[in-house]
Amino acid sequence: MLETYWQLFLAFFIPNIIGYGGGPAIIPLIEIEVVSHYQWLNLQEFSETLALGNSLPSPIATKMAGHIGYMVAGVAGAIIAVFATVAPSLLLMILLLAILYRYKDSVKVKSMTLFVRPVIAVMMAILTYKLLQNSYVDSGALHSAGLIICAYLLLERTKLHPALVISSGLAYGGIFLG
Amino acid sequence: MNRQWQIFAAFFRIGIFGFGGGPSMIPLFHAEVVKRYQWMQEQEFSDTLAIGNTLPGPIATKMAGYIGYRVGGTLGAINAVIANIVPSIIAMIFMLTLLSAYKDQSWVTGMGLGVLPVVVVMMAKLTWDFFDKSRTSLGIKGTALIASITTIALLGLGLHPAFIIVSLLIIALLRVDKNQDTQIINTQSSSNKASVEK
Repeated sequence: MLETYWQLFLAFFIPNIIGYGGGPAIIPLIEIEVVSHYQWLNLQEFSETLALGNSLPSPIATKMAGHIGYMVAGVAGAIIAVFATVAPSLLLMILLLAILYRYKDSVKVKSMTLFVRPVIAVMMAILTYKLLQNSYVDSGALHSAGLIICAYLLLERTKLHPALVISSGLAYGGIFLG
Repeated sequence: MNRQWQIFAAFFRIGIFGFGGGPSMIPLFHAEVVKRYQWMQEQEFSDTLAIGNTLPGPIATKMAGYIGYRVGGTLGAINAVIANIVPSIIAMIFMLTLLSAYKDQSWVTGMGLGVLPVVVVMMAKLTWDFFDKSRTSLGIKGTALIASITTIALLGLGLHPAFIIVSLLIIALLRVDKNQDTQIINTQSSSNKASVEK
């Protein structure tokens, strides 16, 4: 059990300490740990976590940590995963405030985010491709393409609330893909 | 104690109404912290945001924790973070536990399949946003270079992304240092010129 707790801590500590660029940047980094490395979830379960996470308020990183931690090791697991997500960068911020204040406008610090962004973009592209492949294999080309086009139009053109689009996807799947 | 209650109420509201992930919650933080409770002035708030952005990890919890700390000490920090994130974590666990209780039903499997393409679209949008932001801030050449290196390292060599990111962070720190030095030299020489011209 202790080993699981330690693994949970690492699985969420590493993405959050290298994930420059805000909450969404850590999604592909968490997928690497949780799906590819420790295999606590398969890609389908990970995408369900992501979907429901996107339909609820507050940051995506803490919701994913809380839920995956809970799935792996109950309430203690949830607390450890959330702690690993929140505490390191928050403690750094409180302890190093004076130093960080001096460098907040520094070109150096800004170029850190700048350099990491393309890496995250590539990782997100890979994850998107894997999800797409899963959908194609499990639901077929017709359902996948239809749902993707509808989801795109609703999210990007009509600007419908993501929670409603996700509920529609769930309802469609429950009726036609069950 | 009244203050702790205010902290709880403020960050609870932000957490409950903050749809769309951390960065989209910033205006809500501003509304509570600067406008409603006036714990911070405009300038201090934007400084806090800038400092938060120098560190990795989600921005919302850094803001909540730091502002909670400033207003109510260590207890305030813990209080603010819990109020901010715990309600939706519980909602999330509840919904997914409910879903997995009916895992064997074919319609539940169907629901998971139906939502997958929606996630594909959301992730594709995020991918596009990150590439686009990178293109405008770093330039198309820099983006293409780092993206190609990353693709080779991840897919070809099977490296862990942490190696790539940490290497890039080190390069960022070293490389820009040089530029800053040359900038300083340039301004010095131009100020020398200016004094000569005088």
